[in-house]
Parts: sequence; C-alpha cells; structure tokens
Amino acid sequence: MSNASSLTAGKQFNVLRLIKEGGIYAVLLILLAVIIIQEPSFVSLRNISNILTQSSVRIIIALGVASLIVTQGTDLSAGRQVGLAAVISATLLQALENVNKVFPEIGPMPIPAVILIVCAIGAIIGMVNGIVVAYLKVTPFIATMGSMIIVYGLNSLYYDYVGASPVAGFAPQFSEFTQGFIRLGDFRLSYITFYAAIATVFSWILWNKTVFGKNIFAIGGNPEAAKVSGVNVPLTLLKVYALSGIFYAFAGLLEAGRIGSATNNLGFLYELDAIAACVVGGVSFAGGVGSIMGVVTGVLIFTIINYGMTYIGINPYWQFIIKGGIIIFAVALDSMKYADKK
Amino acid sequence: METSTQNDWLLEMNDVSKSFPGVKALDRVNLKVRPHSVHALMGENGAGKSTLLKCLFGIYEKDEGSIYFQGQPVEFESSKEALDHGVSMVHQELNQVLQSSVMDNVWLGRYPKKNGFIDHKAMYDETKQIFEELDIDVDPKDKVADLSVSKRQMVEIAKAFSYNAKIVIMDEPTSSLSEKEVRHLFTIIRKLKDRGCGIVYISHKMDEIFAVCDDITILRDGQWVTTRPLEGLDMDQIISLMVGRELTQRFPPRDNEPKEVILEVSNLTAKNQPSIQDVSFDLRKGEVLGIAGLVGARRTDVVETIFGIRDKSSGSITLHGKKLSNKDAYEAIHNGFSLVTEERRATGIYSTLDITFNSLIANIEKYKGKSGLLSSKSMGDDTQWVIDSMKVKTPGHKTRIGSLSGGNQQKVVIGRWLLTQPEILMLDEPTRGIDVGAKFEIYQLILDLAKKDKGIIMISSEMPELLGVTDRIMVMSNGRVAGIVNTKDTTQHEILELAAKYL
Repeated sequence: MSNASSLTAGKQFNVLRLIKEGGIYAVLLILLAVIIIQEPSFVSLRNISNILTQSSVRIIIALGVASLIVTQGTDLSAGRQVGLAAVISATLLQALENVNKVFPEIGPMPIPAVILIVCAIGAIIGMVNGIVVAYLKVTPFIATMGSMIIVYGLNSLYYDYVGASPVAGFAPQFSEFTQGFIRLGDFRLSYITFYAAIATVFSWILWNKTVFGKNIFAIGGNPEAAKVSGVNVPLTLLKVYALSGIFYAFAGLLEAGRIGSATNNLGFLYELDAIAACVVGGVSFAGGVGSIMGVVTGVLIFTIINYGMTYIGINPYWQFIIKGGIIIFAVALDSMKYADKK
Repeated sequence: METSTQNDWLLEMNDVSKSFPGVKALDRVNLKVRPHSVHALMGENGAGKSTLLKCLFGIYEKDEGSIYFQGQPVEFESSKEALDHGVSMVHQELNQVLQSSVMDNVWLGRYPKKNGFIDHKAMYDETKQIFEELDIDVDPKDKVADLSVSKRQMVEIAKAFSYNAKIVIMDEPTSSLSEKEVRHLFTIIRKLKDRGCGIVYISHKMDEIFAVCDDITILRDGQWVTTRPLEGLDMDQIISLMVGRELTQRFPPRDNEPKEVILEVSNLTAKNQPSIQDVSFDLRKGEVLGIAGLVGARRTDVVETIFGIRDKSSGSITLHGKKLSNKDAYEAIHNGFSLVTEERRATGIYSTLDITFNSLIANIEKYKGKSGLLSSKSMGDDTQWVIDSMKVKTPGHKTRIGSLSGGNQQKVVIGRWLLTQPEILMLDEPTRGIDVGAKFEIYQLILDLAKKDKGIIMISSEMPELLGVTDRIMVMSNGRVAGIVNTKDTTQHEILELAAKYL
C-alpha cells in the first residue's frame, strides 16, 4: 500500500521525480558545460577518442564488479587482481631483444595463450572469493578485503622473484594489441575500446538473456526467494565471483600493455573507481538492481570528469572533492528513488 | 479411511520424527493426502506443522519415518527437487524478488530457453495464459514491487499452479487477502482439486477450513492427533483437539468499562494520497475501539498517521484536551502512544536479538543510570516483568526472539510497548499468524489493559475477533470512515455493508 501511495505521490511531483531520475545527468551536463565554456577546444574528436580509450579498461573492471554488486556483494580485491594479471602478462610478453627480459630463455608467448593463463588465474582467485562468500558465509566486504591483501602479497612475491623492477619492453605484437587503433580522420578508435565493447555486449547478453543472469538478479533481489525457487545460490555466487576474476585478469593484461609497463602496485584502488562507477550508474548496493548501460555510463561520467577537469587545469585535490561529492549525490538520488515515503 | 490401501494416497508421511537439541519437534507424525482433496493441516504454532513440511522439502533431515509420493518412497534433498517432482509450496512469507518482473518471478529457477538463451516471448505468453486461466488481472511484465500484497500473493499461487504440481502446500495463503480475493483463491483451489491435485491447506482461520477443506490432520505439541474427514467435526471440536483441552469460549468475558473520552481525532488526512481522508473519531478511557475494513481500506494508515510515521496534511489529534502534533514516532511515544505494527517480522521484532533487547528497546532511555550507562538490574527486572505479565514462554532472557513462536513474539512486542506506559495502545492485526490458544491470551491482555483505563485501538481483518473483543468498531472504506458502530448492536452484515460504502 505504501508503495502504491509513493508512486502516485511521485506523479504529483513531476519536477522532483525528474531531478531524482535525471539528476546525475544534469550534474554531468553542468560540469561539461563548465569545462566547455572554460576551454571550447575540449569538444574535439581527439578528446573523445582519448576519453573512450581511457574508459575502456575501467569499463571491463566495472562490469566485473557490477555483477557482484547486483548479488548484494562487492569486491575490494578487484584492483589487486588487475595488478597481478598485469605483472604476469607483462613478464610473459616481453620482447625477445629486451636485455632486461625476466625469462630470457623463453620467447614472448602468443597473446591468446597469455590471455588464457591470466584469465585462468583470475578465475581461480575469483572462485576462492566465491567459496569464502558463498560457502563459508563470510560477508563479501571482509572476504574480498582479505583476498585483496593476499593477492597483493602474492603479486609482490612474484614481482620480487622476477627482479623487483618495472616489467617493460613488450613484444611489438602485444603493444599493437593494446595500444593499436584504427584512424578515422582525427578520430582514433583504439583496439581496447573494441575489447571493452565486446565485454559490454557479452555482459549485456549474460544479464538479460541467460538463466545465469536472471539468477544473479534473483539472488540479489531476494536470496530466500531464489533458494526456494530452486536456484543453486552458492554455486551461482561462486560462478559470478569466478567470472569477475576473469574480467579483472583480462583488464589487467590490457592495462599492462596500455601503460607499457607493470609493477606490483598497478591496479591500486582501481576497485574503488569501478565500484563508484557502478553506483553512479545506478547499480544498487541493496542488490537486484542495475543495468549494463548504467555501468558503462557511470564509467564514462567519471572519465569525462577526470579528463575534462584535468584538461581545464583544475587542481587535482579539488578533483577529489568533486568526485567524492558526485558519488554521494548520485547514490543519495538513487536512495530517494527507492525510498518508501509514507 | 483406515482401511485404504497405500496406493490411494498421493502423499504419505508416516511416523516422521525430528529432534533438535533438547526438543522433540516431531514425534511419529503422519500426514496422508488424497488426490482430488483439500487437506487442512492444523495445530497451534509450535505444534510442528512447519517442521513437518521442512522435513518433506529436505530443508531438515528427518530422524525417522518414511515419505511416499504417488506410492514411491521419496527423499527430497531440496525444495527444487520437490518442485521437480510436483510438490510445491506457497509460502506464508512471500518469497519474491521485488525488483524483478512478475514473469521473472514465476519462472525463476526454470526459465524457458531457446538456443541456450531465455525465451522471453514464451515466458510472457505462458504467464499470460496461466493468469487468464486463473482469472488473475496482472500484467506479467509489471514489477512485483509495484503490485499490492494481495496481487503478489495471487502471483505466488499462480506460480505454484504453473509447476503442474500434484501437491500444493499453502501456508496461511489468505493472510493478506480480502474476502473477495479469498473467494477467488478458493476458485483456484477447486481448479487444482479438479485436476487431481492434493492441496495441503494451513490456516488458523476456521471459516476457511470449513469452506474449502475435505480432510483434516491435527497436530499438537509435535504429536499427531488425528487425520479424518472434516465432515462431522465442528469448530469447537477442532479447537479442543488442537489445544488438547476444552476451550469453552474463544473470547474472554468483556468486563471493561469505557469512561470519559481521552483521545479525539478530527479530520485527519494523510499527506501522501491515496491514503486516509477526513478521519474523525474519539476514544474513551478503558475502551477497545476496533477498526474494520477490507484490504486496501487504509486501516493501517490511520494508526500510522496518529503515530507520526505517516505524514499528515491536515486534521488534529487531541489527547486529554491537549492538541498534539505527533510529527514522528519519538514524539508520539513521549505523548503516550504506542503502536504494535502489523508486520511483526519486518517492523516488530529484532529477530536475531534476545528477549531483553526486544522487550526494552522502545523504553531504553529509562534505564540510564546516573553515570549515563544502562542499568542491568532494572533492565533485568523489566524483562522479567514482560515475561511474567505477558506469560511469555521462553527459556530465558538471552533467548533470541526469532526462535520463539509467533504468539510469544507478539506478547514480547506488546510487553515492550506497555513498558513505555502508554495511554493509547494501538494494535495492528495483533493476532495475525498466532494460534488459537495464544489468541485467547492476547485478547485477555487487551481487555486487562482496557480495565486499567488504557485506550485501545485494534485493527483486525477477523470479524469474529472484532465482534468478540471491542466496544465499538470504526469501519473504514477506501480511506474514509464509513461509520462507527456499537459492537453489541451491530452485525457482521452491517459492517460488511459499511466497508463497501465508498468503493
């Protein structure tokens, strides 16, 4: 009854509802307007292609975390998993002529093989997270906080073992794979934007067209209902975590190639950016709510703000304050949308 | 029936026993359901009904006994396996994914697939078809969160129906349905019955049992009492079989005496409509005022608005001649109001916390000592007071309230509010989901409080209860007061007529 009344009440205050529904986009438009007024040259194909490129890896990470947030979970280990995959990929894909090559006895491996290796490792780490969450019933925050620290330790051990200095000097085909682009006049469409698009389409199909996706939403919306309807809740959770691990690992490989080197600190705090993008994009921490377009939009918003504010020379410290404010504002709007007003 | 052979039973549970540490929850219990029948499973809360069903669905592992389904021995490992075999259950607590669509909920756990992907069209069409067959007016694409509770209940029943289940277990299916919807439900139940299903019907509402059931199994304190055709039994016999003693009356004698008016509510209108409009009534010292109405009549909104958890746009609340604003619950409590809410699990109890916490939480500031810390001594005393005066059956103060029966939970919640020394006690469906014996005790409590000069407002969907306990009844219809009648001069018929006044 209270639901029904809040709905009709909403109709009576259309302006208020408009602010709730579109508030975050309004903020984005205002920021964009400020940026463009300050620096009209911001609107250029070059900047747009840069923003897309910079968003690509973040989109893949955010898509990984998003599924977990939908199940009422979270993943603090995402960034460290990205870092681990980056370092491993980097060591396996160094150029033959590189004098600092960490494994001089073996040549650069084929990229698909490396993708398989890091994704397998990612899947295993994700699965461990999943087991801890689904079967040992540890809350996701704690479970992934633990694995965040463990993965960093493992990555650092490996990094020490391979020489404790930034791993760089990649095989040309790897640089091409991650830094290449198609030039369309002034517009450069990076290959990694393609990969992000593939990950996006894959996730969209997964969420909307498969039983697995529906089960994710059911578990997030009401775990008890999912259970009594015969959904294998723990197994589904385990799979979601494993899949997220694969997303992070792939993102890590791309990130190493994109930057051109990798250290054990790569990926630090990436999880927070990813989680922030998800919640700004409307994925609810209460579970059961979210859309792929929302996640992608969330990432783009943050990249545009980052890029744009840097472009017009806003003090980075101010950028932190603005970004934090946006996160809270976006989620507050979201909560108001779902609040049960009596 | 004793002469029937095994094959006549659709579902047969024989001598099922289950012990938990320190308790024998089930002691050689039987349940035998015929095809083409509606089987009432009755017993007070704590008699073992849910434990028995949990054993059937494999949620608990039974210690001994056997289960036959269609003549074959079965041991379901999970509710999914039971569903696959054709044993489904409509839960008392709605288990739905509110954020998802109706059809997503209906097909959860067994989505129709085409080429490995979900076949949304088939899902929609089949849902539509089932809804049409059952005459349910819901769009399969609607979000469950946007449906009324009764529509959600209908969807849940349609879901059980769609499993082509042989056995459908309904646990208090009418708890949130209006009378019209109950009739609709009965039509569905008869359809299931015609198909050859066996329906296990759990309810505390006697009139429903008599309206729809063929057979009855009665449990008491974890033991099987009887299984027999319903024919030839009357309400009093069933109650005495359930409680194991003669219950000569269902209601305690009404010996409270309403005195002068203490509370006046006039033209109360809620801010967020649809809700209550222009509600006026008064309440006397020592009086029990009932609020009747159909589902959706906004009975709950009346007490919520008085209690300050629902915003009001106009109208006044006057207690002892003093106008009060009651803009939130905190203020209302300090003005001497208390409210026992309808949804005990959602807004009444702190299920994982103990009796002490649950008894004292509304009154917690009173236990602050000079140091500003809480005093264990007075807290212990008051908890004991709640347990003693409400006759709560609990192993101790530290017991989690979630582990008590519904009736005992409700007594703790009422006790909690009495500790705040309210002048006005408002109870929203105080006996919902509570067994007959405990109901009587709650009625007794209510009348005792009236005798202590409290003013009591009681919302109830159970007509006999309103007629049996209250002094006057205010009938709500579509958010407005359709009339206020003296209980001793009114009839069920008059109340129902009033309830339909503004529809």
